[in-house]
Amino acid sequence: MAINTPNKQTSHIKREILARIIRAYLGDNFEEEVRMIPFEMRPKGSEVPYRCCIHKERAILRDRVIAGLGFDIEEVPDYEDLSSTAKKSTKREKPEEHPLTLLQTACNECVPARIHVTDLCQGCVARPCESACKFGAIKVENGKSRIDQTKCKSCGLCAQVCPFQAITKIIVPCENACPVGAIAKDEDGLTKIDHEKCISCGKCVSACPFGAVHKKSQIIDIIKNIKNGKKVIAMLAPAIMGQLPCTPAQLKQAILDIGFCDVVEVALGADITTKNEAAEFEERMEKGEEFMTTSCCAAYNELVEKHIPEIKPFRSDTKTPAYYTAELVKKEQPDALTVFFSPCVAKRREAMQNPNIDFVLSFEELGAWFVARNIQVANCEKSEFKKESSAQARNFAVTGGVADAVNSLLDENKKAKAHVINGLDKQAIRDLKKFAKNGKCELGNLIEVMACPGGCLGGSNTINSYRQALKQLSGYVENSPEIKEIIQ
Amino acid sequence: MAKVNVKVCLGTTCFVMGSSNLQELLDLVPKKYGEDVEVAGSPCLGLCSIDWEFSKAPYVKVNDEVIKEATVEKVLAAIDKELKA
Repeated sequence: MAINTPNKQTSHIKREILARIIRAYLGDNFEEEVRMIPFEMRPKGSEVPYRCCIHKERAILRDRVIAGLGFDIEEVPDYEDLSSTAKKSTKREKPEEHPLTLLQTACNECVPARIHVTDLCQGCVARPCESACKFGAIKVENGKSRIDQTKCKSCGLCAQVCPFQAITKIIVPCENACPVGAIAKDEDGLTKIDHEKCISCGKCVSACPFGAVHKKSQIIDIIKNIKNGKKVIAMLAPAIMGQLPCTPAQLKQAILDIGFCDVVEVALGADITTKNEAAEFEERMEKGEEFMTTSCCAAYNELVEKHIPEIKPFRSDTKTPAYYTAELVKKEQPDALTVFFSPCVAKRREAMQNPNIDFVLSFEELGAWFVARNIQVANCEKSEFKKESSAQARNFAVTGGVADAVNSLLDENKKAKAHVINGLDKQAIRDLKKFAKNGKCELGNLIEVMACPGGCLGGSNTINSYRQALKQLSGYVENSPEIKEIIQ
Repeated sequence: MAKVNVKVCLGTTCFVMGSSNLQELLDLVPKKYGEDVEVAGSPCLGLCSIDWEFSKAPYVKVNDEVIKEATVEKVLAAIDKELKA
């Protein structure tokens, strides 16, 4: 599985739109400027880089603006003027529940997924495809293999045995990426997200080469509160320390400069998670339990709720770092609003269910905000965090980091044997179901689950490429104190 | 022969708009061209703020040529052109 290789052009368009919306909202003529975004991005006579004509380009940009304003694209009437949508976004009391929305106009109507015999087929004598097929779906006719689509189950065995590699599997990228079958084309060829099944992992967002899956942004809701003079506190997920070209202390100052009244690291909460999770692990093992899974990845938690309830008894009852951090912040400043700065879409769902987290801002949206304000993070002054967090907590963002942190608090003879699920795919889900059914896991007694390959640094809303982000974050981790110095 | 000079803008705007993905040039270029080309990340080159041209970011400079919406491929092509000149 590829780690965090964002589609550069689709990310570019999405970020440009966010930056334009933010700048418009910070200016004096929000509604009109929003209405003009598609026209400014594709003025009369401009190139038509991607679609059939300038009108379709603009129509798609319009829909992307709707998502940037935080609405479901399908629910905004197509005759509505963007200025009205912009106005509505400032009146909204609460952000929308489901974080993802589909842009049907940008969706390419990909060919439905199936097995396809290409022209490379030589109509050979051995015909291994015929004998490999268990469903009698493939036959050589007129010197070429043909697939009876009514019988084909898309198992792909014929493709595996073809000596000419002449048989290929046509995939729909979003369907193929979704580990839980929540996104699919219906009979009319329209793509739909089934919110009952969706675990908000964001894999479809990264997979779609047309950028047709959008997250509904909460950026207007956040800036509105800052504009209205509310105290808004930023809570930074550990993965952020690898995202922008500056030091953590400069990043803190940059975030204060755009209007937040305080900035805390979610690593604070990660230290509490580690302490509780280590104690819980020890207790469960003493009781003779076979294994425990971690509980800090929001997409995994939603997977458990919706698809693998049988694994619940094995999942740690410890709360997430975001939970403990938000609890601390709200206890100290009950009148403040909290914003979780997130590398992924899934935390949006977690926040929705946690009254202590008011909003979620993705790293991409933060980046667009800096662009809109023309802030050079590398030139910002240094502002140190008031509370220190441990190296282990700051390393939660890297796959294997949570299990390492738990182990750092366990005695030598009680160390966990970690099994790390580095990216949730269909195979990993089958494995988890098997562990739950058998009540044991041969590969380890502490299963760390990260929905994104590479951990949070590989999240779908990150800015920096994985390798560079890891290098930057590791530098920060190496200069942080050991966990035993932080927690008592 | 004069060295070709490559500056990858790592200002915030360029970084967010895509130069995070251009950091691989810092490893790739010395491997490919050795001593002939000098490559470095640069603080903001100031190109994005001219008439709010952030939508054309990321920017890379190859000698005096400014490359808009830079990609690894575009930069390598520009280096090849300079080396031939």
